[in-house]
Amino acid sequence: MSFFHPQQQREPAKHAVDPSLQPWVEKYRPKTIDDVSSQEHAVAVLRRTLTSTNLPHMLFYGPPGTGKTSTILALARQLFGPDNFRSRVLELNASDERGISIVREKIKDFARQTPRAQVVASDGKTYPCPPYKIIILDEADSMTQDAQAALRRIMENYARITRFCLICNYVTRIIEPLASRCSKFRFKPLDPESTSSRLSQIATAEHVDVSPAVINMLIYTSQGDLRRSITYLQSASRLAHRVVPDRVIKDFAATLGIEVTVDNDMDVDMDSVKRKRAANFDAIRKKVKEVVREGYSASQLLSQLHDLIVEHPTLSARQKAQSALALAEADKALCDGADEELWILEVALNIHKAVA
Amino acid sequence: MSLWVDLYRPKTLDDLHYHEGLSARLRSLAASGDFPHMLFYGPSGAGKKTRIACTLRELFGKGVEKLKIDQRVFLTPTRRKLDVNIVQSNFHLEITPSEVGNYDRVVIQEILKEIAQTQQVDINARHRFKVVVINEADSLTRDAQAALRRTMEKYMTNMRIILCSNSTSKLIAPIKSRCLLVRVPAPSEDEMVKVMHYVAERQGFKIPDNGEVAREIAQDANGNMRKALLVFEALKMQSVTLTGPLTIAKPDWETYCQKVGDMILQEQSPKCVMEVRAKLYELLSHCIPPTVILKTIADRVVEKVDESLKAEIMHWAAIYEIRMRQGNKKIFHLEAWVVKVMSLYKQFFFDIDMSGFD
Ligand SMILES: Nc1ncnc2c1ncn2[C@@H]1O[C@H](COP(=O)(O)OP(=O)(O)OP(=O)(O)O)[C@@H](O)[C@H]1O
Ligand SMILES: [Mg+2]
Repeated sequence: MSFFHPQQQREPAKHAVDPSLQPWVEKYRPKTIDDVSSQEHAVAVLRRTLTSTNLPHMLFYGPPGTGKTSTILALARQLFGPDNFRSRVLELNASDERGISIVREKIKDFARQTPRAQVVASDGKTYPCPPYKIIILDEADSMTQDAQAALRRIMENYARITRFCLICNYVTRIIEPLASRCSKFRFKPLDPESTSSRLSQIATAEHVDVSPAVINMLIYTSQGDLRRSITYLQSASRLAHRVVPDRVIKDFAATLGIEVTVDNDMDVDMDSVKRKRAANFDAIRKKVKEVVREGYSASQLLSQLHDLIVEHPTLSARQKAQSALALAEADKALCDGADEELWILEVALNIHKAVA
Repeated sequence: MSLWVDLYRPKTLDDLHYHEGLSARLRSLAASGDFPHMLFYGPSGAGKKTRIACTLRELFGKGVEKLKIDQRVFLTPTRRKLDVNIVQSNFHLEITPSEVGNYDRVVIQEILKEIAQTQQVDINARHRFKVVVINEADSLTRDAQAALRRTMEKYMTNMRIILCSNSTSKLIAPIKSRCLLVRVPAPSEDEMVKVMHYVAERQGFKIPDNGEVAREIAQDANGNMRKALLVFEALKMQSVTLTGPLTIAKPDWETYCQKVGDMILQEQSPKCVMEVRAKLYELLSHCIPPTVILKTIADRVVEKVDESLKAEIMHWAAIYEIRMRQGNKKIFHLEAWVVKVMSLYKQFFFDIDMSGFD
């Protein structure tokens, strides 16, 4: 036995995860719930459960990259410690087979043995190790309605020894009877300060220099999605990917007949902007084709165009409202999988009409 | 003998022609070792796949070019057997979800789990992870996308995913949140002309008249580099010197669509609708995507009608396109649009005629 031991170890050592190569999103996933940025409400409530050892069923919801999965994993780890984690926590996510019969079987199996508490863990620390198991249903919004309905019974049947934690992006996709059995926690998009401090913290730990301007840019492009801003921080990419450059938006808006102020440092020539005031169908269509060729994400383009129009100093309320309507219509269509070119054109033509 | 598009397809990041800034960024990403999941998006023919291949080559070296094709059998939840061909090297693997239709979730999950659970066996491999390239990611079902979410996080030590798609709007937000987004714009006309000059040089000839032909081809290709090179080669076959009256041949289906457009404007009657319908069926049965049919016909129609009608025709094109996606029978919606256009067109003339009598 002792003979083989070193050998076995050498093999993985070759490929062991070198922390310097680990993606930062995983490396800096919060280890404890206090480590979670910004979600004060959820953290405050959960911290209490650490001492009271009583836990309700929970429903976490909020946009991607705001710490839902991280929080429950951290909480479970703090409750059970490394040794009991496997026997006490069952994580089921959308990648697992989640037909309801399978879920029922898995949960039945898992819940069968009554948990025994083994308080002092191998790492020498003590963990509360409350007498129940946690079942995490991550990405619950992709479960069918039927599966969710069946889950109600299961939750009741095993209520004595299990606590459920449902995680989803859209709380409306969870059926009401299920949602009402849980305490709900909303995970907000991260505010700029929290994002900024978390990013600086990571940057310091990794010994990289980041200027405040870059941090601001990251905050702006990620719009409250911390995971995204961390990925971008690590990739140190030019960031211009996600947002469409101002120049392009203004140029586009000008084609539609919206008056735009052009900064001197922008290479839009003023004459062409003036000429475009009288743009006709063909000019608009040509512009749309150009924008499509550049490959910008259509929803991003529309959202930035929306900002420009809503904050526009001289357009009338009516014009803004009509433009907003056109944008809303297109957003819905894009979500339903419509053709981007046709709908950018549709928006462009409608806005053109609205501001004429 | 292979086509020029394949023959002169860049193999390394250094060979890539345009978007130098992007290539440099990819190079530094590949060098750093902490490669993220990525999503390449941009119009078709802009060179996404080539760029991905070059990035892989940069990551793993020449080994990625040694491809083998595996025949795999997957079992669907309903116990049906699915045969899928999988292209792979020792370091990466490619899947095209549209090849497996509605069962993409099953296939992708099987493959990913398998990769995630096996370690890289090649000790000399430069990276511990394998890369899974998912082509046409916009055709992934919602189910398959949802299934990718946690997998992408959990198995990150053994696996990276590169998604390749035309647009980002069909991907769910949590997937986009997990990837580094890389936009690959279509090349500009100048850039395309440059590539053609390069190909010509490699082939040992010069494009006459300062590359006039190349410019024409580039204009026609509308940012699609693949198309440009194919046309370029075809023209060279047509006339070795690339002089004289050259016509850039349009694909059959395109001329066919244009004919349909002309028919709509020629006569607006139930009889004509029936004729158009037969033609639409013909196009559909040749596997031309309905959206492409609609857009091509619409393009032709708006070219020829009065300014005041153009916006409305495109408006209805947008509306019927989305209905087509939500509905089941494509032909219904195509036809509905045709009838709508005919009625608009007729009304337009009617109004003008009537106004003469005032
Ligand atoms: N509030 C937060 N505090 C600290 N780190 C966070 C926070 N939110 C997100 N992160 C970072 O982002 C990564 C992803 O977070 P997490 O997996 O918790 O997101 P999620 O809310 O589950 O998203 P999804 O809805 O896409 O599953 C974490 O690894 C962590 O690095
Ligand atoms: Mg999550």
